[in-house]
Amino acid sequence: MIRAENLRYVYKSSSGDKVALDDINFSIDDGEFVAIIGTNGSGKSTLAKQFNALLIPTDGKIFIDGLDTSDEKNLWHVREKVGMVFQNPDSEIVAAIVEDDVAFGLENLGIEPDKIRERVDLALDSVNMSDYKKFAPSKLSGGQKQRIAIAGVIAMNTKIIVFDEPTAMLDPMGRREILSLVKKLHTQGKTIIYITHFMEEATAAQRVFVMEGGRIILDETPREIFTNVKEMRRLGFDAPVAVELAERLRKKFKLPPKILTADELAEALK
Amino acid sequence: MISVKNVSYTYMKGTPFEKTALENISFDVAESEVLAIAGHTGSGKSTMIQIMAGLINLQSGSVEIDGLSVADKRIRRLVGIVFQYPEQQLFEETVELDIGFAPKNFGLSYIEISARVEEAMRQVGLPNDLKKVSPFELSGGQKRRVAIAGILALKPKYLILDEPTAGLDPLAKENLLKEIFGAVKKSGVTIILVSHNMEDIARFANRVIVLAQGKILFNGTPRELFAQDKILARAGLEPPPINQLLRKLNINEQALTLDEAEKIILKNLNKKACRL
Repeated sequence: MIRAENLRYVYKSSSGDKVALDDINFSIDDGEFVAIIGTNGSGKSTLAKQFNALLIPTDGKIFIDGLDTSDEKNLWHVREKVGMVFQNPDSEIVAAIVEDDVAFGLENLGIEPDKIRERVDLALDSVNMSDYKKFAPSKLSGGQKQRIAIAGVIAMNTKIIVFDEPTAMLDPMGRREILSLVKKLHTQGKTIIYITHFMEEATAAQRVFVMEGGRIILDETPREIFTNVKEMRRLGFDAPVAVELAERLRKKFKLPPKILTADELAEALK
Repeated sequence: MISVKNVSYTYMKGTPFEKTALENISFDVAESEVLAIAGHTGSGKSTMIQIMAGLINLQSGSVEIDGLSVADKRIRRLVGIVFQYPEQQLFEETVELDIGFAPKNFGLSYIEISARVEEAMRQVGLPNDLKKVSPFELSGGQKRRVAIAGILALKPKYLILDEPTAGLDPLAKENLLKEIFGAVKKSGVTIILVSHNMEDIARFANRVIVLAQGKILFNGTPRELFAQDKILARAGLEPPPINQLLRKLNINEQALTLDEAEKIILKNLNKKACRL
């Protein structure tokens, strides 16, 4: 379980302090899939870095399975539990061969070579990249590189995976690949924290945090959040197309409330 | 007018790593149009625009810009290219110096440079008081505006934009698109938009070329393209959400805006009601 208590984070610099996170409180159960949305500068990425102690709260606490991230003794235990996938796969890949890259974290933990082999093969298999294990990462597409980065996290077998805009640099096909992989990891029992600018992707989550000015201002199901067209507009987000059209058509037809997807709208209009 | 004729391009020619990026590509870009080039990673989009900007030498075929061969250095003043994540190229101490860097290299006078900087800032919606600020203190959306203004200050006749909104949040993206297709377009610039975002193409492009494996699969209007499921699938693209939704409702028409989609749905539902 993940628990944040009155978490606050301040970037300190000579030109003045900037409060990036303020009054953050939540708890996330094991196996939950939480999406985080918000405009640039709302604090999403700063929050992502609190989960595995890349950043330590200025005030307040965040606990991973009861471990306080600000206690240095807990650092490695926290990182054994929380893996991270970032936006740009090019800045995450360190090795010249795909399988070496996936093995990198395991080698650093001093695991037996046989065990490493086994875990790397399994991880590459689960992202459908086994055929590419001897390839140079530079020869792969963006979506394939991001799958390699995810395989590296899978090989570490962390129970929580934090994704910070993993699809921002990918084309539509790459985005589909990554989202279906994330859904698969969720059904396998991983806890997923998924930051995105794409509303369609956030609708795949069980719960959505909306961030604004360093605070979590909404914490509800995707249906509650995305069907609230007025609030979405105020925040500068486009509601999904099905939601927008349902709202327009409601003036002429009787439609059930809170239609979220195209399938639901089609069903209602039948 | 830009005229591309029978262009082919192969990387690492004559080596075991030989890879064909473009195969016999021909198309024209008319003045003042917005032409979108769509295709997934590796389809040849980037090679194509770099050839059009004279950054990669032609291997075969020809590219003419207003009658000049693309190999002619003079075309550099006609064609401006904004790369993906252009804010990574910012380097000067102030916004004003960064935007004025290229005009300075073209040997323009101080007065002319400062007039161009101001105009470019206006076009992309950057307030004038940011002139003396370091570009590195700006938000992501503003940084990108500075980078685009740096190209606009060259007053290109043809502006190539490679995924100009990638990585921006929905609001910043919307504002930037409004500026590019408002003020910039109004100044008479011909825009070539490289994108795989079908919604943006639906809203802004007059015409779209779809590339896949170095070949042109489609050349026509966005509306015509969205009816072509097979072509989209072959190119690794998908129709915009509005068109996907119409299909789910078994309506075989294409809409480019929500207003249009609403009208089409009402028309079709009324027809159904009449039959009942």
